[in-house]
Amino acid sequence: MSMFSIFHISGSAVSAQSQRLNAVASNMANADTVAGPDGQAYKARQVVFQSVLAQNGTDQTDVGVQVVGVQENQTPGRRVHDPSHQLADADGYVTYSNVNSVEEMVNMISASRSYQNNLEVMGTAKSLLLKTLQMGQG
Amino acid sequence: MMNRLTDAMNFQAQALTLRAERQRLLASNIANADTPGYQSKDMDFAKALRAATSPAAGTDSNQTLTQRTQSALQSSLSAMTSMDSNTVDMDRERASFADNTVKYEASLRFLNGSIRTMLDAMKSPNAA
Repeated sequence: MSMFSIFHISGSAVSAQSQRLNAVASNMANADTVAGPDGQAYKARQVVFQSVLAQNGTDQTDVGVQVVGVQENQTPGRRVHDPSHQLADADGYVTYSNVNSVEEMVNMISASRSYQNNLEVMGTAKSLLLKTLQMGQG
Repeated sequence: MMNRLTDAMNFQAQALTLRAERQRLLASNIANADTPGYQSKDMDFAKALRAATSPAAGTDSNQTLTQRTQSALQSSLSAMTSMDSNTVDMDRERASFADNTVKYEASLRFLNGSIRTMLDAMKSPNAA
């Protein structure tokens, strides 16, 4: 039954989008983290999406989504001159994480919109299937 | 004999199956709206239905429906491509999805109508 695979397709997308939301949450939580004793501040993370053939893989049109990896943003973190800070380096600079809160907010809105879209697709497919089940009854 | 009873429903049944196929294609497009490099696909519904209901389609029964609809597949041209060369236009996909949903339900109702007509014709005149 071809309509049933919609749940696999949209389900994979919903799961991928929620992983993206997780990454955004980690980034936002660490937006003001300063470098620890190892000198490395938190680096913003991004999930990488890839399309994948859902289920049996025989049908070229069943294309779901999967997260193939997490990328760390390698741009240098923000450096603030604050000699009184206990984690300041020899020059009196404190390194903060390289999270850009505006970018993360945009990412969050985009992820939540995509999440909602896929939920709606599943809801529509469900109601169509239920109506199909009642074929010939009324 | 049975064939003659169900022949009238054949067309709507094919249309319903093809609508389900298209629904799945559109769901794939919406699922991959944020996947880099994904090319959006759509089905030329008229072409697919003509291929499925043509007399030649009936003789070649070992060809699956999906194989037959393959020829009607096309990548939809997007008005604009994003920087990651993803060609899913969410507005259009959502519109096509809603359109396909309504037409799926329409096919379903036509089919229900034929079934009801057939059942009514089979009823004994005394039963009513």
